[in-house]
Amino acid sequence: MDGWLGVVIMIVLGVGFAGVMIGLSILLGPRNPTPEKLAPYECGMPAVGDARERHSVKFYLVAMIFLLFDIEIAFLYPWAVALRDLGWAGFMQVVTFFLILSVGYIYVWRKGVLDWGPVARAVRRQVRDKAA
Amino acid sequence: MFDSTFDAVVPLLCVILAALAAMGAEAFRARGERMPIGGLGIVGLAGAGVSSVLLWNRNAASFGVILADNFGLFVTLVLVVVGVLTIMFSSQVVRRDALPAGEYYALVLFAIAGMIMMATANDLLVIFLALEILSVAVYVLTGIRRDDQRATEAAFKYFLLGAFSSAFFLYGIAFTYGVAGSTRLDRVGAYLAAQSMSDSPLILMALALLLVGFAFKISAVPFHMWTPDAYEGAPAIVTGFMSTGVKAAAFAAFARVFLSAFEPFSADWAPIVWIIAALTMILGTVVGVAQSNLKRMLAYSSIAHGGYLLVGLVAANEVGKAAILFYLLAYAVTNLAAFGVIALLGSRDRGNDELRDYAGLWHTRPALAALMTVCLLSLGGLPPTVGFIGKWYIFSAAVSAGYYGLAIIGVLTSVVSVFFYLRVVVMMYMAEREVAAAMPPRVTGVSMAALAFAIFVIVYLGVMPTQVLDLASASIATIF
Amino acid sequence: MIPLSDYLIVSAILFAIGTAGVFLRRNLITILLSVEIMLNAVNLTFVAFGRYLGSVDGQIIVFFVMTVAAAEAAVGLAIVIALFRHRESLNPEAFTALKW
Repeated sequence: MDGWLGVVIMIVLGVGFAGVMIGLSILLGPRNPTPEKLAPYECGMPAVGDARERHSVKFYLVAMIFLLFDIEIAFLYPWAVALRDLGWAGFMQVVTFFLILSVGYIYVWRKGVLDWGPVARAVRRQVRDKAA
Repeated sequence: MFDSTFDAVVPLLCVILAALAAMGAEAFRARGERMPIGGLGIVGLAGAGVSSVLLWNRNAASFGVILADNFGLFVTLVLVVVGVLTIMFSSQVVRRDALPAGEYYALVLFAIAGMIMMATANDLLVIFLALEILSVAVYVLTGIRRDDQRATEAAFKYFLLGAFSSAFFLYGIAFTYGVAGSTRLDRVGAYLAAQSMSDSPLILMALALLLVGFAFKISAVPFHMWTPDAYEGAPAIVTGFMSTGVKAAAFAAFARVFLSAFEPFSADWAPIVWIIAALTMILGTVVGVAQSNLKRMLAYSSIAHGGYLLVGLVAANEVGKAAILFYLLAYAVTNLAAFGVIALLGSRDRGNDELRDYAGLWHTRPALAALMTVCLLSLGGLPPTVGFIGKWYIFSAAVSAGYYGLAIIGVLTSVVSVFFYLRVVVMMYMAEREVAAAMPPRVTGVSMAALAFAIFVIVYLGVMPTQVLDLASASIATIF
Repeated sequence: MIPLSDYLIVSAILFAIGTAGVFLRRNLITILLSVEIMLNAVNLTFVAFGRYLGSVDGQIIVFFVMTVAAAEAAVGLAIVIALFRHRESLNPEAFTALKW
């Protein structure tokens, strides 16, 4: 456990320093609050509305799709590192993997998940009606 | 490393390609346009069936992790039958409930692909991946009716406990990997066979966690809590699909892992599985008697049937192993047909799945009532149906392996279970139809053909089971 | 050099925390997070064993587990959203249409 002593000292010093500073400012600092001073700080701009309002479900959809496609990228890194050792067989496997993924991507695209806002949706509907 | 043959994955590829095609078709489908996506699925499944038959006796292996031995192929064929019947029943349900056809069939096909992968996997990691492929698809299928609160709730409960149990299963794989240095079942088996004298705590840990994971998936007591809720809330045809397909795939993997890789430690796990089997049979039957909802009743019945399958696993002799495979086929066809009838009797707004909805069905839909009777008799294990033969072989395996207690419990619970199956039959024939009850909808030709096929299998295998039984024992002989 | 047993103990504790979270927390999202903690505890076990055995298999397996966890989380969140629309609540006690 000897190697950890430095870490413990570091933590104690860090917490102690922060605690002392906060304590000193509470004890010594002047206090005359105004509504502006009590407002939550947001880059200097006055806050507009509650942050806990409800978002469009589009955000969730995009987040979920991002989650999926983002993770798939993780498989590319090991392949890229071992590219030459794996050769054409490895290349074909990665291509297969991406073909399967792209079917999912096309599906998501055609279903209109990537269309944002009413305008894009209206245009899509028009195009579809013209085709039909 | 990569020059191994692709043969063993051909059945899997057929189903995956069909699923991808279904997804692509749905993407390019104009609103209101009708496409034969279900037919696409049947074609893919037929390809899987034909390729499985061609692969028979060849013991093909791909990448070292997919093993198309006869055991896996037999289960694959069972799953193909389950898939075809599900799609045939679904055609009517999808239209009636206005389900998104492309998504629905794509999910069914992906689930079947996962099941086939699970049945033929020879690597714990691949079993886990297959399990997740099928589970994720089935979670969504359970909640595919988003307007139905009960379905959504069932989907969440199923999802939560499924993910929870997957974590246990995965933890078991981690310990197995740590002990044996590999997740490949053949290497794990070789390592454990050399270690069979020493009871290392890590090995026992791995064994226990894998057992918990599998017990959740086959809904064995005491890990069955999710089953009645998920089965009751899901659309009837999805319930039929998951109570047969998921159970068949999970049992195939269960048998493969515990009867091959962990065989040297059977002295450790057999007593535990004995107790689980006994509890599962008893609870499934006793609680099933008290149900008034037919779907929930059949959910408990399917728990009990999982118990009978576990008896075959405990017995673990030649008869027992063959009996597991035969029973899987018998149970799959019978249960799916029963849920098919329930699905066909429902309407869009109402499931019509309460017991009293079946009062006097004989007078309004005599054909459906007769077919349902055959299914229920087979589930109860009465001759001359396939359920009787399946139970007969399971219990005789238990007796010949010296597990008299299990055999007695099994026979007693079967007798009790006949009571609640017959209750439905009596309801259909004797009870007067309620005046206010709505007339059940018409049944399309496709669904009727599926039902007729299922009934044919139930009766045919009940009268002449020898061929399929021989096939089952032959396929068991190749691996264990 | 930290011995293997330390890693195993930490991951076992994490796994237990996740399991307890699933049973004790009263918010569906938190329960989902607890399941993720369980999976990550297993990931830690895999990496530790892989390092101990001197093979990279352990880390490769973790890639697959992460992918599966992401797919599961996506489906889980979708189901939670669908559920929320019916009940406007994330408290599991509110969902009683089926006997639990």
